[in-house]
Amino acid sequence: MSVGLIFLVVLVLAAAGYFVGRARALSLSAQSGRKLHSLPSYYGQTVALFIAVPAFFVLIAWLFIQPIVIDSRVNGMVPDSVIPDGGARSLVISDVRRIANGLDAVLSRDAIDESALTDGSIDFSSIRGRLADVGVALVGDVPTEVFEAAKAYRQGAKFGNMMMTVAVLLVAIAFGAWSYTWIRPDMRARNISETFIKALLIASSTVAILTTAGIVGSLVFETINFFKMYPASDFFFSTVWNPQFRGGSDLGIWPLLWGTLYISLIALLVAVPIGLMIAIYLAEYASKAVRSVAKPMIEVLAGIPTIVYGLFALITVGPFLRDYFAQPMGLGSSSSSVLTAGLVMGIMIIPFVSSLSDDIINAVPQSLRDGSYGLGATQSETIKKVILPAALPGVVGAILLAASRAIGETMIVVLGAGAAAKLDLNPFEAMTTVTVKIVSQLTGDTEFASPETLVAFALGLTLFVITLGLNVVALYIVRKYREQYE
Amino acid sequence: MNMSGMTTAITPTPKVAAMNETKVSARDVQVYYGDKHAIRDVNIEIRSRTVTAFIGPSGCGKSTFLRCINRMNDTIASCRVEGNISIDSENIYDPKVDPVQLRAKVGMVFQKPNPFPKSIFENVAYGPRIHGLAAKKSDLDDIVASALQKAGLWNEVKDRLDSPGTGLSGGQQQRLCIARAVAVSPEVILMDEPCSALDPIATAKVEELIHELRENFTIVIVTHSMQQAARVSQRTAMFHLGNLVEENDTDKMFTNPDDQRTQDYIMGRFG
Ligand SMILES: Nc1ncnc2c1ncn2[C@@H]1O[C@H](COP(=O)(O)OP(=O)(O)OP(=O)(O)O)[C@@H](O)[C@H]1O
Ligand SMILES: [Mg+2]
Repeated sequence: MSVGLIFLVVLVLAAAGYFVGRARALSLSAQSGRKLHSLPSYYGQTVALFIAVPAFFVLIAWLFIQPIVIDSRVNGMVPDSVIPDGGARSLVISDVRRIANGLDAVLSRDAIDESALTDGSIDFSSIRGRLADVGVALVGDVPTEVFEAAKAYRQGAKFGNMMMTVAVLLVAIAFGAWSYTWIRPDMRARNISETFIKALLIASSTVAILTTAGIVGSLVFETINFFKMYPASDFFFSTVWNPQFRGGSDLGIWPLLWGTLYISLIALLVAVPIGLMIAIYLAEYASKAVRSVAKPMIEVLAGIPTIVYGLFALITVGPFLRDYFAQPMGLGSSSSSVLTAGLVMGIMIIPFVSSLSDDIINAVPQSLRDGSYGLGATQSETIKKVILPAALPGVVGAILLAASRAIGETMIVVLGAGAAAKLDLNPFEAMTTVTVKIVSQLTGDTEFASPETLVAFALGLTLFVITLGLNVVALYIVRKYREQYE
Repeated sequence: MNMSGMTTAITPTPKVAAMNETKVSARDVQVYYGDKHAIRDVNIEIRSRTVTAFIGPSGCGKSTFLRCINRMNDTIASCRVEGNISIDSENIYDPKVDPVQLRAKVGMVFQKPNPFPKSIFENVAYGPRIHGLAAKKSDLDDIVASALQKAGLWNEVKDRLDSPGTGLSGGQQQRLCIARAVAVSPEVILMDEPCSALDPIATAKVEELIHELRENFTIVIVTHSMQQAARVSQRTAMFHLGNLVEENDTDKMFTNPDDQRTQDYIMGRFG
């Protein structure tokens, strides 16, 4: 049975369990004349939860563990001799997987019986051609060992799936039946399903936390690998970024970090004042009609794909800045520049600042405005002295959110600022950022063995630490402000 | 209504004679919220250095009329005021009058204490600062101290002027708001149910304060409590369904009102 089908069957069982459990609770209470501890539906819910939750748990665990087991078995069947020179074992193993999956299609298309695979009644020497016919293209001929491994893989997967179906359904039925017989009128079904729901919610948040930990863990792991091959002091203190795929690269982070900070700074210089003023206008001055039109129109800016902004930077803003500013001022003749990317990125994050700040300003209680107007303050005095200070923590949060957007942005930088890693103060010079270099170090190479590729993880980790730092600073500011005023 | 005639009749001593002058005078005031006619034909004379209480059932328009006196209704888009209200014989709805300036002259204290999220000092200094009342820092310190003294809060907060105003108790916050209003030296102070969010002890303090403020300010207070109106006010005005039903001396109002509706309301027969 496929996973989806198993899932559906368990859901149906759970639904059935709900009604059966509910009915049993009702009839038991009627027989014994004792009042049910909880509403009847809670007894049904208890049975349903006992059917579904452990079964899904087994299903998920199985889906994780089965590939690991099968891979390790198949791995043992592939001798080193079939691995091509300079190739990787992992590539052969992935061939095994593809052949195994392709065999199903071959069998059904040629109407071959399952047993033919094992008893040798059909000649599989032409297996490569047959597989190509069903859309599985292989580079070379398939060695016998690989073919055998593929068959074993297929067998293993089949058997595993069957066992999984049986195990999941058994668990569902066993737990269901047990909880069903457990029902008594005085059973605290309401508390049981409460506990279950709580456990589910905790499990969900655990998933999120574990995922974060996993991401950080893998970043840290690969970064450590990188620093084994490349000295950390060079990475952190060198001002040259010059990767060579033949080795002997200079991988100093400073030019990239500088580009990132420079572009983000320009973006914020554009977005924060404009965004804040938009927010103040929308929240304090605009009439309902204007607001209902203007706010969605500004928010459209946030929905434009960044690649479109990138094109705008490339064909409009870049040449404009070059022709009217950079060249007349003698500051350069490159159409990709920090300023181009910064300006366009700033426009992109305006709605982040304006929309969030607008909500925050609106949340400032009307009574504070009344108090200020009642003392004879004008509207702008009220905004400057009462509303903005009261909204400050939220506004800082909005700005930092916009900042992390800017730091993580890639597409606009590639098209607007180019890909040259440079340490320069001239805003009309082409530069690049950390994210762009992460992409360019990783494209075209899937083997993470050289410092030139592994540096991407070190860059990623650095970026992560910076964004984390930003958030911590934001929290600190917000908290300090709160202490002062609440 | 002929107020002036009545006033002379009931002012025995020369000391109280200053109370006779009319401070605020309203003529045929109508207020609309969109199509809703919230205040109808209100005529009233509010006397200088007197506490005038507005009473009446909920929704009868007390707050609405109160907010006409410092043009706070201007901040509500749907609200429209017709008729004539003058303070010291100057029509405040004249196009030449700047509502912002007017509000410095007519202070307001709200139902819920609404201190700004700033320090106690900054709360009181807010008004003097925006109106440029203090040339030097020391002047500002004096204004703040005297406002807090007038509001009866000085002894409680003089050692912690820098701590946040929102950290005070509800009653202290309300007195802080009164100090904030007093600091700009208004001539009239409007109070919209200033004690409705306070406990009896805090209420007593605020009432005592109102009593003292009467020496220097003209006070209009909206209240739902008959006892409070009787305790703090010299004049009482009764509103009902947007109309001013009766305006009279507080003593007379609570013992022998002219209007049957006032009688019914005071006896608790509606409202
Ligand atoms: N902003 C507004 N928009 C529309 N109608 C309003 C508004 N404010 C008040 N009203 C209406 O005007 C009438 C008078 O309201 P007002 O607040 O002056 O009553 P009130 O006498 O102060 O009542 P309460 O004692 O409950 O405070 C009510 O019917 C109310 O619904
Ligand atoms: Mg009111």
